[in-house]
Amino acid sequence: MGADELVINMGPQHPSTHGVLRVKLKLDGERVIGSECIIGYLHRGVEKIAENRTYQQFAPYVDRMDYVAAVSSGLGYCEAVEKLLVVEAPPRARVIRTILTELQRIASHLLWLGTHALDIGALTPLFYCFREREEILKIFEKYCGARLTTHAFRIGGLQYEAYDTFEKDVERFCKDFESRIAEYEALLTENRIWVGRTKGVGILTAPDAIAFGVTGPVLRASGVKWDIRKAAPYAAYDQYKFEIPVGTTGDTYDRYLVRMEEMRQSRLICLQAIENIPGGPIMGKVGKVLKPPPGEVYHAIEAPKGEIGYYIVSDGTVMPYRVHIRPPSFINLQAFDRMVRGHLVADVVAIIGTIDIVLGEVDR
Amino acid sequence: MADEPKEPKPPQGPTGEKPASSTLPVSTPSGKPADASAPAAPPKPAAPAPPKPPVVLQTPLDNEFVTRFRTKFGAALLEAMEDRKQAILTVDRARLAEIALHLRDEEKFDMLSDLTAVDWPKREKRFDVVLNLYSFAKNERLRLKVHAADAEQVPSVVGVWPTANWQEREVFDMFGITFSGHPDLKRILLPDEWQGYPLRKDYDILQQDTAWVRENLGIESGQ
Repeated sequence: MGADELVINMGPQHPSTHGVLRVKLKLDGERVIGSECIIGYLHRGVEKIAENRTYQQFAPYVDRMDYVAAVSSGLGYCEAVEKLLVVEAPPRARVIRTILTELQRIASHLLWLGTHALDIGALTPLFYCFREREEILKIFEKYCGARLTTHAFRIGGLQYEAYDTFEKDVERFCKDFESRIAEYEALLTENRIWVGRTKGVGILTAPDAIAFGVTGPVLRASGVKWDIRKAAPYAAYDQYKFEIPVGTTGDTYDRYLVRMEEMRQSRLICLQAIENIPGGPIMGKVGKVLKPPPGEVYHAIEAPKGEIGYYIVSDGTVMPYRVHIRPPSFINLQAFDRMVRGHLVADVVAIIGTIDIVLGEVDR
Repeated sequence: MADEPKEPKPPQGPTGEKPASSTLPVSTPSGKPADASAPAAPPKPAAPAPPKPPVVLQTPLDNEFVTRFRTKFGAALLEAMEDRKQAILTVDRARLAEIALHLRDEEKFDMLSDLTAVDWPKREKRFDVVLNLYSFAKNERLRLKVHAADAEQVPSVVGVWPTANWQEREVFDMFGITFSGHPDLKRILLPDEWQGYPLRKDYDILQQDTAWVRENLGIESGQ
């Protein structure tokens, strides 16, 4: 270590690391010349727990990984087990799942936008974002009684029918939300401070993003047009029209634009979906005791933060032999070092915010 | 594959339950009756004539890609199969790095989605190291497996897909599998001084490194 180099410690208790992330920064003056992420403070051994629970018993645990996008984690798990069982959820369940998952994507992006802007010094968007997020959480609460760790879906379909005013609530939210996005954009998109703090910061090129296995909005902002909802449609996504926004330079500003556009697209998907929710049962033909035939499956879906994959091995008993979760936050965080080098300490918080990590999912 | 289970079924007709449940979907819209019959039903209680004779979910895989792969690597390809229509190649551990490079550059599997391991303690080579690859160009996934015994090293693929760095560390952390050629192989989620590898099957769910817990957390019982 040269005489000019300084190693400082950021976190694990730090308001802008979004949880218990510890970053060791190697500095040359104000400039970052190296970094190391130290994680594991929230490790709860989720994968070990899975081996000691039945398939249904484990479902609520996945909500506690990415606890701001529990519906998405739950959808991935339920669909993976369904694949393992070789069953399918009925059409009505798939459409309701799609609506709830897209609402969850908006809620997750809103939380990201509010906290990310707050980290960079814009206080107001946080209040706006939480106002709309609250509406979504209210829909979740009316639907299944829980706001965050919802456990909204069951293996094989849904436990709860959509409540009476479900479509109306979703529609009202979507109608209002269009002008709300415009409000956020009015605050930020052309704001000189915002542009100054995000443009050219934390650039990740497309080849780097792919090499680091980065997925989700971060990958798309680097210019790779890839979204699992299009590449391998699940739930009911094949029925709806939507665009995949991509960025050009892969900087923090592009990631901001991509996520804003994704919220608009999610809104459009919800509007298309409530127009025609098919009737019929909400639960597929699965029993109360699930014993998937021996074998294994890898199933991935597009969570708000990227590809969440479940690799499940069955030995034919009621408990999974092995469950491995591919958490998007964990994998995306690995690219942090590449993005932060050469930037100022003040940009570090912008870059942590822009990757959009949840430590519950990083550490599992 | 969907038709397959149905044909062998009728002759089998195990109990009085099956016919009853197969009429259900026609008669009732609600899922309740089907559920009620389920607990008594055998392993796969899917209502329409569930497959009692094992459904063939695993089939040998033999397509153009596998042929190409076999010509190139010959005996290094130990098995090629499909499970639930997902392709799985089991390959020779010693040649993993070389195979990985070939798959990335020649077959365009440019992203390593996921790397993990599975412990089968009764097997001679107890570990499976599992790589889930994705190809943007072909929009295809491929699963690559190698077997490794307890103290055997697995070649690292960090040089091929940098994302493997943390994922191999996690496998080392949880299973104690070492990767040769990894730039910085150390624990990632557990504390550095932790003893034992929690995701091994012989590590009980209640087991802890009690000495570490006592020393660092000041909990006398160590739990």
